[in-house]
Order: sequence, then C-alpha cells, then structure tokens
Amino acid sequence: MADESLFDFLHSEIVNYNLECNEIKNKDTKDEDLSTLEYIGFSTGYRIIERLTKEMPRFKDELDTMKFICTDFWSAVYKKQIDNLRTNHQGVYVLQDNGFRFLTKLSSGRQYLEAAPRYVAFTCGVIRGSLANLNINCLVTAEVQNMPSCKFHIQVQRN
Amino acid sequence: MSRSTTRFDTKKVNSELVTLTYGALVAQIIKDLENTDDVSKQLERLGYNMGIRLIEDFLAKTGTGRCLDLKDTADKIQTAFRMYLGVQPNVANWSAAGDEFSFVLDSNPLTDLVELPEDLKGLKYCNIICGVIRGALEMVQLDVQSWIVQDQLKRGSKH
Repeated sequence: MADESLFDFLHSEIVNYNLECNEIKNKDTKDEDLSTLEYIGFSTGYRIIERLTKEMPRFKDELDTMKFICTDFWSAVYKKQIDNLRTNHQGVYVLQDNGFRFLTKLSSGRQYLEAAPRYVAFTCGVIRGSLANLNINCLVTAEVQNMPSCKFHIQVQRN
Repeated sequence: MSRSTTRFDTKKVNSELVTLTYGALVAQIIKDLENTDDVSKQLERLGYNMGIRLIEDFLAKTGTGRCLDLKDTADKIQTAFRMYLGVQPNVANWSAAGDEFSFVLDSNPLTDLVELPEDLKGLKYCNIICGVIRGALEMVQLDVQSWIVQDQLKRGSKH
C-alpha cells in the first residue's frame, strides 16, 4: 500500500519529465505541449476506473455516471468531492473543485497562474480515460481562474 | 470543503493509482526513448528528484535524528519503505566492511499488475526506487550507490 504523498511526488515528476521533453522537442515554440501529460492521465484513468467499478451495478445514465465521478471517484483520488456540478443536459458538464489537490500546494496568488495548466492536464486525461472506459466519449478541458480552484469542462461527443 | 466520503478503500485506491500512473509513465518513457538502458537511467533520475523531496517529508513526519552508522541508516530506510510503499523489506547481505547491504522486498506494490514483454527484459522497471534512495540519502550527506541485484519481474528482487 503506497502512501498518499508518493502520488504527489510522482505527479510532479511526471510534469517535470514532460517539461524536459518539451524543451528538447520544441525549442522554438513557446507553447507548451501537454498532450503526453494528458495521455499518461488517460491511460491511468482508463485502467483505474475498471478496477473501481468492477463490482458495481451499471450506471443509469450519463448524469448518473457524472455524479459517480464527482463524488466517489473524486474523493477516492482527490480526497474531496467536486464542489459543484453543472450541466446543460445536452452533453456539457462543468465540474468545479474549489481546492484542487495539485493546486493547493502552489501559491494562491496570481504568480503561478501561468503554470497551472501543467498541473491540471494529467487530471483532464484521467477524466477522459475514465469516461472513455464507461463508454462516454468526450473532450475534457480545464480552466483555472483563481488558484486553487479549477473547473473541468466535459463535452460529450455523440456520434 | 465538502464531505469526503467514499465507498472505496481509499488506501487501496491510492496504491493502485500510484502503480497505474507509474506504469503509464514508464510506457511513455519507453515510447520516447529507444534504448532500454536509457529508459532505466531516466527512471533512476526521476527517482532521484523524488528522493530529494521525499527525505524532507520523511524527516518531518518521523522526526528522526542523525544516524550513527550505516546499520542505523538501513533501519531508517526500512521504516521509509514501510511508510511509503507499505512493505517491509529485509536487510541482508552485509559486506565484511559494513559498507554495503541489500534490501530484499518480498512484494512490491510498484510491480503489482505488471508484466514485462519479452523484448523489454533488459528494463529495470523499479529503478525509480534506486533513484529515490540515492536522492534521499544525498540530502542527508550520504553519497551512496544503489542498484538492482534481482528483479521479481525476472524473479526475486534486491537493492
């Protein structure tokens, strides 16, 4: 059984590794490529959800699945529930976490706001991977306006 | 903060999360680097970075003092293994001069659910642990070398 802080350390090293790779690959562009980070999250989410849900009954519908992600899943992985879930009932969900695990350790001022996307990319992948394995194809983007709160936008692809 | 209740065993989920995330990271590094030896080296480097931070966490949580000799150090590392990975390694194979020893791990959460394919048999999957030990000890003024003698993925595991 691994300790909780180990996951934090591991996560920051993954972010760090990704940054190093970026520096080598695209020296010229200033834009950060977070796709590998997202992909690592995707594979993690895809696998973990299978282990979590293997003895659970089938979810009623999409909203039920989202509720599961916001409560049980989020508390298991991020130590708290999502604070606010909103939806337009047409496939767009907004999950708001007012104290996101990977951001609470950073300064809550505006100083590191620019670096915030690095710390949420992995989680975008985790959400996308988990939902993908539950047969919901979606796009997940994150938005950080005030540290340490974070909004995840999930857009379900229906076709 | 909202209530943190979950129907899952959080400790177990966290442990699996570390295992799966680490697996995804290794897979990504293998994709990025062609040579398996380079992959092992990169894993060691990531471990080193983690060790540098982890020692601080360890000292803060345990409040231990200075070690008198290497036997003492071995004991402390044993404690750290139990704290972070939840496994108790055995200390064995002391050299005559008392400056070299092995940890024998009966089980290793990092390799749960892991199977190495034939073409990656040369990979030191758990090299990250060697790095962590090296990094952590360097921060307490102990310059050590750490390597894997045997691996469970190739049978038996020693450091």
